[in-house]
Amino acid sequence: MTERETMEYDVIVVGAGPAGLSFAIRLKQLKPEVTVCVIEKASTIGAQILSGAVIEPQPLDALLPGWRDNPPPICVPAADDEFWLLKKTGGRKLPVPPGMKNHGNFIVSLGALCAWLAPQAEALGVDVFPGFAAADTIYNEDGSVAGVRIGDMGVAKDGSHKPGYTQGIDIKAKVTVLAEGARGSLTKQLIKRFALDKDSDPQGYSIGIKELWQVPAGRVTPGKIVHSFGWPADSHTYGGSFLYHLDKDRIALGYVSGLDYSDPNYQPWEAFQQWKNHPMIKPLLEGGTILSAGARAIVTGGYQSLPKIDMPGALLIGDTAGLLNVPKIKGTHQAIRSGMLAAEHLVANDLKPAGFDAKLRGSEVMAELKKVRNIKPGFKKGLWFGMFNAAWETLVGGASPWTLKNKADWSSLHKLGQQEEPKRDYVQRELPPRDRLAGVYFAATEHDEDQPIHLHVEDTSVCVTQCAQEYGNPCTRFCPANVYEIVNDEAGKRLQINAANCVHCKTCDIKDPYQIINWVTPEGGSGPNYQNL
Amino acid sequence: MKILVGYKRVVDYNVRVQVKPDGTGVSTDGVKLSANPFDDIALEEALRLREKGLATEVVVVGIGPADLTAHLRNGLAMGANRAIHVVVAGEVQPLTVARTFLKLIEKEQPDLVILGKQAIDDDASQTGQMLAALWDRPQATFASKVEIADGKATVTREVDAGLEVIQADLPAVITTDLRLNEPRFIKLPDIMKAKSKPIDTIELASLGVDVHDQLKTTHYAAPAKRSKGVLVKDAAELVATLKQKGLL
Repeated sequence: MTERETMEYDVIVVGAGPAGLSFAIRLKQLKPEVTVCVIEKASTIGAQILSGAVIEPQPLDALLPGWRDNPPPICVPAADDEFWLLKKTGGRKLPVPPGMKNHGNFIVSLGALCAWLAPQAEALGVDVFPGFAAADTIYNEDGSVAGVRIGDMGVAKDGSHKPGYTQGIDIKAKVTVLAEGARGSLTKQLIKRFALDKDSDPQGYSIGIKELWQVPAGRVTPGKIVHSFGWPADSHTYGGSFLYHLDKDRIALGYVSGLDYSDPNYQPWEAFQQWKNHPMIKPLLEGGTILSAGARAIVTGGYQSLPKIDMPGALLIGDTAGLLNVPKIKGTHQAIRSGMLAAEHLVANDLKPAGFDAKLRGSEVMAELKKVRNIKPGFKKGLWFGMFNAAWETLVGGASPWTLKNKADWSSLHKLGQQEEPKRDYVQRELPPRDRLAGVYFAATEHDEDQPIHLHVEDTSVCVTQCAQEYGNPCTRFCPANVYEIVNDEAGKRLQINAANCVHCKTCDIKDPYQIINWVTPEGGSGPNYQNL
Repeated sequence: MKILVGYKRVVDYNVRVQVKPDGTGVSTDGVKLSANPFDDIALEEALRLREKGLATEVVVVGIGPADLTAHLRNGLAMGANRAIHVVVAGEVQPLTVARTFLKLIEKEQPDLVILGKQAIDDDASQTGQMLAALWDRPQATFASKVEIADGKATVTREVDAGLEVIQADLPAVITTDLRLNEPRFIKLPDIMKAKSKPIDTIELASLGVDVHDQLKTTHYAAPAKRSKGVLVKDAAELVATLKQKGLL
């Protein structure tokens, strides 16, 4: 084997999302002579990022003054906010909670926003490399993070090298900045290696499933923002929807399910489709077409789950650290802020990550999370307690003398028959897509079939025995892309992993009750190709 | 030997193409664009000929708007020596492309022009043939194997009846089929190297090419939607339903 090629930068950023790109832009603004590159596993910038998204513009104003004169391609000023409580057959409008008032904000496509940010970073001299997946971290002799190893290309399913085999290079840097988004695969390794979470609660997540629709002319009110809760979620499942009216007769809509749900039979994808067929939603979509669809885990642990975010040679920013504000359901402004803060810290400290954790905890990023820290955990005690608790916490501005605990999402799953699960009074669906396979088609996801499976299941013998009995194989239900299937063939019952369908949402890695699923990066450029999500 | 390679940018093959609501074209707003797969194959073949010592220079040619540069950089990162960017704002039709290539050929004097057999956006499959005619040189289309020796190209073509082997004197035009080769992966260090490779920029208008469109597209439409199916309980109901619809 030939010597592995190496490239060197002062700073390498993993992930070209809002955090990573803002970091790179800010770093170059402050110190143009620092060399920085951003690597991104998606084949093109923005193709694997998915968010609502309504964003607060203040951090963007600070990063790129004048951006409003040259806005990203999808950028609709927020107009009216509505907040609905749904029952199966109807619903009513409630007063909009303060955190969900969006006056002054913008509805964007986060994918399009990143594709718009990347050339601005490049103009400052940042090297942005889409199509390259950071497969592993590399370390210096003293144990500090030395950079990342790019995944090999052209490896066959059985591990042998195909004719076009190309060995991934090592990128070495003084600082490695992880900006992978929720449940980053390298971040997961680093948290374990450096025990970054030893003083924090386990991280919490939700899964957001989204579609972008083109609807018949005349139905859309650009800028209108509707959030709903209630049906189809039962009162013990944290779930809610978003529906954002864009321009050009387009609507972005989605459904978020807390991954702390307890019913092993719950199906987040089905809940989303049910919600779409609610009588208050369906008329808006009927006769329209789906332009794009996908899913992504969202980080919701907040203040008490934030791990230590600096370590020797590396730091975490954005959602891979866990900075999303749950009641606002927004993380982009926090991602941009934390990216800028990290750049400022590194420039002030001779590119040393140490001290960034303290700096972020002392900043407005953390102050914002502290205020709302008890809101999401309150919903563990049911919808009505959660609402009351949220109202209280909002009233006192988070000044309660207590901090509610978070538990790991996988641990909340009940075993089958352990208790009576809510009856789901689901309706006959009429809107497309028919099923998850039809839905994943709109994600335009693509993986070369002849490559190693990127979803590592440590012990598949558990699947048809212990798991089938205890939980009835929840992976076959929580995955929004139908990656996991239990098949019965000559070899008997076994788990089949349809890795080519994967949309990189990370839900399996999070919710698997035995914590034996490990999501790793597939060949660079593989995965969903979202358009304007 | 110098090789000129056509390198067109198209909507990526993974993208679900959407017709614009007003039927004037296909939506490219926020859509991933990448190299025409047949052109990647063309470039790969040219690079392999260079690596075998049969060619000395590989030049990629792109015709399109100002932002085509990034696309041409990919061609350079794959290994082309330099690029020519013919700048034009709108779409160009095959005959215009062929005429443009002819002008570049007059200037560059290549021994071989390798093009994709078709672009996956308009599927026209005309440029190579038109260029050969305008240039008055041999053409070897739909190549699945290319061998160069003694100033001749021996090309295996995939035709309906099987494989056809033809020989053409150089200079010639070759268009590539899917099975000719598997394009290489781009390596990160090569992307950096590509940044310093030259891209010549030429305005299409300055070449004196007749850009008059031969074809007019009246409108675009998505394929008709399949109507919803009916589930029947058994064979008897199936027969009854088919009869009712007058199909039996």
